[in-house]
Amino acid sequence: MAAIPTVTRRDFLKVGVAGAGALAATGLGFDVAVAESTKVKQNLRIAGAKESHSVCPYCAVGCSLVAYTRQNSDGTVQLLQIEGDPDSPVNEGRLCPKGATAMQLATSPRRVESPQYRAPGARSWKNVSWDFVLNKIAQNVKASRDATFVATDASGNTVNRTEGIAFAGGAAFSSEEGYFATKLMRGLGLVYLEQQARV
Amino acid sequence: MTNHWRDIKNTDLILINGANPAEAHPVGFQWFMRAKLDRGAKIIHADPRFTRTSAVADMYLRIRTGTDVAYFGGLINHLLQNNLYQADYVRNYTNASFIVKDGYGFTDGLFSGYSAPKRTYDISSWSYETGPSGFANRDMTLQHERSVFQLMKAHYSRYTPDVVSSITGIPVDEFNKVADLVGQMGKPDKVMTIVYAVGLTHHTTGGQLIRSGAVLQLLLGSIGRPGGGMNAERGHANIQGNTDHAISWELLPGYMRIPAPGQKTVDDYVAQSASKKSDPNSWNFFGTNYRKFMVSLLKGWYGSAATKANEFAFDYVPKPGQNSSWMSIYDQALKNKMEGVILSGMTAASIGPDANQVQQALTNLKWLVIMDPLPTTSSEFWHAPGVDPTQVKTEVFMLPATHWIEKDGSFTNSGRWAQWKDQVIPPQGQARHDHWILSDIFNRVKAMYQQQGGKFPDPIMALTFDYKDPLKPELDEIAKEINGKDLSTGKQMTSFANLKDDGTTTAGDWIYTGSYPDTGNLMKRRDGIQDPKTNDPTGMGFYPGWAWSWPLNRRVLYNRASADLDGKPWDPTRPGITWNGTKWVGDVPDYPATMDPHDPKAWLPFIMNGEGVGRLFSSGMTDGPFPEHYEPVESPVANPLHASVSASPVAFLYDQAAGRQNRFGTVADFPYIATSYRLTEHEHYVTQHVPHLVQLQPEPFVEIPWELAQTKGIHTGDKVRVSSKRGKVEVLALVTKRLGSSMVAGQKVFQIGIPIHWGYVGIPADGDPNHGRYWLANALTPFVGDANSRTPEFKAFLVNLEKI
Repeated sequence: MAAIPTVTRRDFLKVGVAGAGALAATGLGFDVAVAESTKVKQNLRIAGAKESHSVCPYCAVGCSLVAYTRQNSDGTVQLLQIEGDPDSPVNEGRLCPKGATAMQLATSPRRVESPQYRAPGARSWKNVSWDFVLNKIAQNVKASRDATFVATDASGNTVNRTEGIAFAGGAAFSSEEGYFATKLMRGLGLVYLEQQARV
Repeated sequence: MTNHWRDIKNTDLILINGANPAEAHPVGFQWFMRAKLDRGAKIIHADPRFTRTSAVADMYLRIRTGTDVAYFGGLINHLLQNNLYQADYVRNYTNASFIVKDGYGFTDGLFSGYSAPKRTYDISSWSYETGPSGFANRDMTLQHERSVFQLMKAHYSRYTPDVVSSITGIPVDEFNKVADLVGQMGKPDKVMTIVYAVGLTHHTTGGQLIRSGAVLQLLLGSIGRPGGGMNAERGHANIQGNTDHAISWELLPGYMRIPAPGQKTVDDYVAQSASKKSDPNSWNFFGTNYRKFMVSLLKGWYGSAATKANEFAFDYVPKPGQNSSWMSIYDQALKNKMEGVILSGMTAASIGPDANQVQQALTNLKWLVIMDPLPTTSSEFWHAPGVDPTQVKTEVFMLPATHWIEKDGSFTNSGRWAQWKDQVIPPQGQARHDHWILSDIFNRVKAMYQQQGGKFPDPIMALTFDYKDPLKPELDEIAKEINGKDLSTGKQMTSFANLKDDGTTTAGDWIYTGSYPDTGNLMKRRDGIQDPKTNDPTGMGFYPGWAWSWPLNRRVLYNRASADLDGKPWDPTRPGITWNGTKWVGDVPDYPATMDPHDPKAWLPFIMNGEGVGRLFSSGMTDGPFPEHYEPVESPVANPLHASVSASPVAFLYDQAAGRQNRFGTVADFPYIATSYRLTEHEHYVTQHVPHLVQLQPEPFVEIPWELAQTKGIHTGDKVRVSSKRGKVEVLALVTKRLGSSMVAGQKVFQIGIPIHWGYVGIPADGDPNHGRYWLANALTPFVGDANSRTPEFKAFLVNLEKI
């Protein structure tokens, strides 16, 4: 496990009040952790920051989050802190270890930065443009749709379905994205449509 | 959930089955603890593994995985034999009084209507005897021998404490203690809740495991009441919202069925899809309004192309010819009938059963599109450890998508609360929103059809794109579309009750109608615990001004059943809704707001189904009108109730049906029961990329009961191989007494626990010399699922265990 970076006590404190549970697990005093991180938050981290509201991306409890951002002088937006929303009747400000480290999911050096393409039989990815992948995918979708589209089934029923393409996913979509995905995929005639509810 | 997270604080008794909320839903678990600490509620946890949930429970029962039908069945039998059910509720609010047709039967493990060659039931005998009016005959004394009540009493009489113990492994005296506690809950001033998760759903009998709990809750009169209900925890931030919006092969938005071949008109569709009134006092609200909801959806999707003359473009909706759920996708790929798969925020290589078979299926595809912020096992399957990329002919696309925090939109939690979130930060790097990617692809496909022609482009051309920028729709615009509008006035709809079936209204998802009226987006509301007195006027924790809950901001489903026949709450200290003489007050009523309960024509309480009452007996399942215990497909014992029909007789066997080699093992080769589980510090696979969480739970392991480990000389930290007929994992052993042995059908059995989170992508795999080659838990799991839903049997299968 050599690739795991070492976390300092100060890094842990950056997680904020909600990370106190994780601190307690390390053997540090709980009260000390809360006091320390509150002090850090008040004095350094979020003074003058913009406050936004979000919801935890992990399980379906639906814990509300408060996120703090600041616009840097170069125009980029920096995410400073994510913590539990104290007004929520669901979580009352509390978060679990996953929610408390949501910042490390939100911004990560491990993100895929560019569209990638791997040709059949190729040994590696190639970084490509959005236009390249979207065109190729659209061509594939049309070709597979035309090749596997069934307008009328063996009994003579009008069924207008695309049998050779499947779409799956969506449990981390916003609802509106999910609805839109359903609408578009049904629009293309897809019948193989699935997300995480069964698995 | 019928109820919601905060509501669990209102209960007297909590049964937790197939779930470990203290670890898997820790923040939601505070409401369990509030019930325990503030009300003195008891918690009973039945699970193969002693977890942190068990540690604070009043009773822990080591149950054999997949046997909860027998556990609930024993409790149901206890209530029925000892008259401990809520008698007024059962008589008036359930179908106990309905008479079942002559011809229904159950013998030696099979219900009437079974066809062995087809492995299916003809369910025509699982229905009610009807009178001249076409309504079901009823016997309000519940004495008729074919009344649901008497049939169920006979069905469950076999589930004695001894039989329950033999099936579940729970000692008789422990089971009897639970039965005593549950038996006290059938009084009007008591209420019980059942909370479950994928430990119930992930079985070949998953649907019936949950139905068993619902039947128990109906007998106790605990459905519809604050502190009661049947509550699924759910494991993803928006699994609820995107089930509501029908990213699911068999559904259209709002739990309408996908049309079937042979249906030519909307009327054909409604006739075969909507429930029918089986009692004169049943409102049958869903069935009665099905046509309105469907026409409003078609009008929303196909706009001006949907007219009365063309049945509102009903032909445009694809009609599946066979099951098209998760395993079916990969089954089709194995048959070389699937060309392309698009995966968004979901990894096929890790999440499905029989990962080795799925790997082959992915290799058979012509193309695969991954939309994700981070690499997944699916984006990397073609060069997974041990795979020669040159032999994988699949064309693979990796599209960087945005995270939840880089876009706005709503998440619906498992309590049905749709909570809006802000866009907090801009997309990182070149990442794009999933819906913008999909819109872009769709519109490129559309342009190609316009230029080149092709198969039936009409639905593609007609699909509405009423957005300021069709390539970049705003989620706010889509939220308005989901809510729907009145086309004659241009105003947003305020309730699905006003939808019409003449093409003058739209609704993208009728159960969300009312979430976004002209006054604004109600999902953004924030009247929470900063002012409980104002924001929780009933004191029951509904917080009606926090976000928005479907349907119509109702916080407890079926809440008419929270009040007695006179409209008074069963327990005045915990009201759901109350009839005040002129209207219903409290929660948003699941009932007409001013319908006097004393009116002889008053609707029955369960307005959504044809009966108007809760179904103890149901023709809505493919595997029986009453739940019955069947063994998992891989089990160490024969079914103690009926050995000749040991496992589900109707679970679909993909490999057998496709003529592929059998991939099920037997106890002779694989003597131990295995079950998969989750850890607090990880969620599925994405957290393999989160450094702090990887530090907290760094390495894959299997949890082995101490007693078994002793016999094998295995110690914590040893490397072990766990193998099934389908594959293997090679990871470290964690030896604990949290798992143990059980006596089942006279035999001693062991259960092994396997966390699911690791694979060949992520920080831990990067640091492993073999790059996580044998870390996929689903290499072990069987490619078979629930007879109703085809939910895979992840939670009960057979393995062998060796020290390496």
